[in-house]
Amino acid sequence: MESIKPSGIKSIATSQRAQILIVIGAFMAYPFFASDYFIDIAFFFGIYALLGLSLNIVLGEVGLFDLGHAGFYAIGAYTTAILNTKFGIPILVLLPISALAAALFAYIVCSPVIHLQGDYLLIVTLGMGEIVRLALINNPFDLTGGPNGVFGIDFPSLGGGLFIDSSIEFYYLIWIIVALSILGLIRLQNSRIGRAWNYIREDETAASANGVDVKNYKLLAFVLGAALAGVAGNVYASKLMCVSPESFTFWESCLMFCIVLIGGMGSIPGVLIGAAFISLFPEIFRPFAMYRMLVFGSAMMLMMMFRPGGFWPRKRGAVEFRSILGAPGRDDG
Amino acid sequence: MADPKARSQADIVLETKRLTKIFGGLTAVNHVDLRVHKGEILSLIGPNGAGKTTVFNVVSGIYKPEVGNVFFNGRDITGHKPHQIVSYGVARTFQNIRLFPDMTCLENIMAGQHCRGKAGLFSSIFRTSGQRREETRIQEVAASRLHQVKLWKFHDDLAKNIAYGSQRMLEIARALASDPDLLVLDEPSSGLNPRETENLMEFLTGLIETDDVTILLIEHDMNVVMGISDWVVVMDEGRKIAEGRPEEIYTNQRVIEAYLGKDDEEEEAAYAATVEH
Repeated sequence: MESIKPSGIKSIATSQRAQILIVIGAFMAYPFFASDYFIDIAFFFGIYALLGLSLNIVLGEVGLFDLGHAGFYAIGAYTTAILNTKFGIPILVLLPISALAAALFAYIVCSPVIHLQGDYLLIVTLGMGEIVRLALINNPFDLTGGPNGVFGIDFPSLGGGLFIDSSIEFYYLIWIIVALSILGLIRLQNSRIGRAWNYIREDETAASANGVDVKNYKLLAFVLGAALAGVAGNVYASKLMCVSPESFTFWESCLMFCIVLIGGMGSIPGVLIGAAFISLFPEIFRPFAMYRMLVFGSAMMLMMMFRPGGFWPRKRGAVEFRSILGAPGRDDG
Repeated sequence: MADPKARSQADIVLETKRLTKIFGGLTAVNHVDLRVHKGEILSLIGPNGAGKTTVFNVVSGIYKPEVGNVFFNGRDITGHKPHQIVSYGVARTFQNIRLFPDMTCLENIMAGQHCRGKAGLFSSIFRTSGQRREETRIQEVAASRLHQVKLWKFHDDLAKNIAYGSQRMLEIARALASDPDLLVLDEPSSGLNPRETENLMEFLTGLIETDDVTILLIEHDMNVVMGISDWVVVMDEGRKIAEGRPEEIYTNQRVIEAYLGKDDEEEEAAYAATVEH
């Protein structure tokens, strides 16, 4: 019993801390060296990163197949669009409200189906995403503007002072949100909640036999994932100044699914890589737009064959710690 | 605890009354009464398909019984959810080891402490002092359980990468990490070599002394059953057919019939002859 030390799970080596600071510095400096066009691309990279992070909670951490995530994204965007255009509520005030609306929607819709396993859940969520889109097209209560959507959404402001209207400001807005989300999610990963999610993904029966309330934790993942997607919807709506059902198709859910799979399930750096791939790839291959899907499809196939765990799978516990320090480990016990 | 009089006086930790579980047309468990007394090791034995594991699954809340009740420390826990039952103090292991394969050994054990924590979403995100204290406690308990089964050296290794025998012990340590009153073990010795089995028996008997637990186990290895049990219950075709001290069970006629069949009188006579010799 000589060495009951806290595990290395939470410790971050200094070299790793330096790497993180370099990445943050690069993100901060980027807009000063890029044109507005490239800043906008980086903005959409941020939107996809946020969407990827939100789906990663459900798909990556808990292992639940959710192919209707665009539905939650849409609820967030439309909540912002409708409340802003009809009542003139400032966008940044609507940010938490959109998150809550999407979370509430997820809670109501997912509660009755949360016990479904694997592909059954996948089909139900797929249907749910499509129903949201069709409902928006059908213009319920004359709120959603049918296929045309809602126009004339304001730029983000807090009513008074803070006002965001340039590409650079949008860029910082989304990446500050992404950074805060990442901070929160890393803390969750290292808490009993994050572990409970992982226990469920690894073995649901064993998780419940060890005291994890499986149903509630699955629901929490959906609610939290939907809330983040709702936030993404809010920023997206005010950036484009209009929302329409076309932005929330099944394809959008597929892209989010790809982001998580490409990066590695449950890995936050992986999500960033996946989001970069999804958002930058079409730009790089714009000259060959005709072959874009062909290249994209082949890339996914090669990925599944040669790196099924993703580009940057999550390494567990102090394994990560050791590989960075090159420490031998296993010297006690 | 070998003294049967002492047994009847000890508190009852777990009791099932007329427990019945039906799958379609099959009555897997049929009116089974079980009493587990504090501080004893009770073995549940019987041929394959006798319904032993089903009893475990009902006790731990995975199945709901059609008829009958389960009492734990005098409280009716029939039909409660598995995660609630763990928090009352019943921890279990599985026949085919069910660890969390892609997580480290330490993280696996920390699962046991999950039901003893209460940090929620906001305290986890904002890392309140209460949440940090709780995390430290969870890690300390997990580490000490890992030391207890002598697997601390693997704390950073993924559970799927350690040896089979170590995985068995890891699963027991995970169950122990919830500080249970009753430990329910489903065939803990299956797949272990004789030496590992020996260590397991020593560990389990030691546990009664050091950790103030009661153990209910399903076991096929008769050496283990006879070696460590204070009481043995025999099941066949969903029913309890006998119970008693290990040496009584060893010579019980109905038990012998259950294991060897009774149709062939010659065979039975032959068996009786070998027992006498």
